[in-house]
Amino acid sequence: MTTDLILFLVLATVAIASGVGMLFSRNAVYAALFLILNFGTVAVFYVLLSGPFIALAQVTVYAGAIMVLFLFVIMLLGAERTGRTPAVRWLRPLALGLGVVLMVEAAYIILTQIGAFPAGGAPAAAFGSPTQVGEVLFNRYLLPFEVTSVLLLVAMIGAIVLTKKQA
Amino acid sequence: MLPISYYIGLSAVLFSLGAMGVLIRRNAIVIFMSIELMLNAGNLAFVAFARYYGSVSGQIFVFFIMTVAAAEVAVGLALMVAIFHTKQSIDVDQMNSMKG
Repeated sequence: MTTDLILFLVLATVAIASGVGMLFSRNAVYAALFLILNFGTVAVFYVLLSGPFIALAQVTVYAGAIMVLFLFVIMLLGAERTGRTPAVRWLRPLALGLGVVLMVEAAYIILTQIGAFPAGGAPAAAFGSPTQVGEVLFNRYLLPFEVTSVLLLVAMIGAIVLTKKQA
Repeated sequence: MLPISYYIGLSAVLFSLGAMGVLIRRNAIVIFMSIELMLNAGNLAFVAFARYYGSVSGQIFVFFIMTVAAAEVAVGLALMVAIFHTKQSIDVDQMNSMKG
């Protein structure tokens, strides 16, 4: 077993365990904390896949900004207690069954295609560096990048309008 | 470098967990977090394929998905706050009427 494989297996176990923890924790605050752990491990996977810039963006934007917003709203609303059983009794087993079917289906496809993607060689030294990402982002993807700014502005205005006291 | 099938497999498992979360949980905020988990699984697949094909475009797409997720969370959580103010609950089973 190489170091890479051991690292991957340990991190994958943490990622899946935190995902399951999020799924089954009664308290929404614990669910959010499990999700932050999950995002952290995924950021480490990005580093392993030579995407240091994306990994940092993941930590700051996802694990930082987005999850702080989640925790803030959970605590603001006092909505952390959950645990009511669904109104439809057979919903939970059905959902679990369908989820397992989805997972088995994905596993089947991946296992039958496992030879289609042999391990790649080492990428160029600068691959995924902030410099390279920036160059591609501001040349080839300049228009989408500018459209994103409009999207964020619209989201900001929407959030303000929605939470404003009805006059 | 491991074969990217490992990463794609992990991404599929995380996506399935997120889908189960949307179906099982009744708390709207936890459902929202499950959606984030699914987006994240998609991002992991994007980065894995970017590494495999040696093209940085995959990472740019992840960047855009993060932006869209941030906008979605801002509007979505504002909606939750508004719903909580009218219904005193964010249980999705309670949200069965269009108004009031």
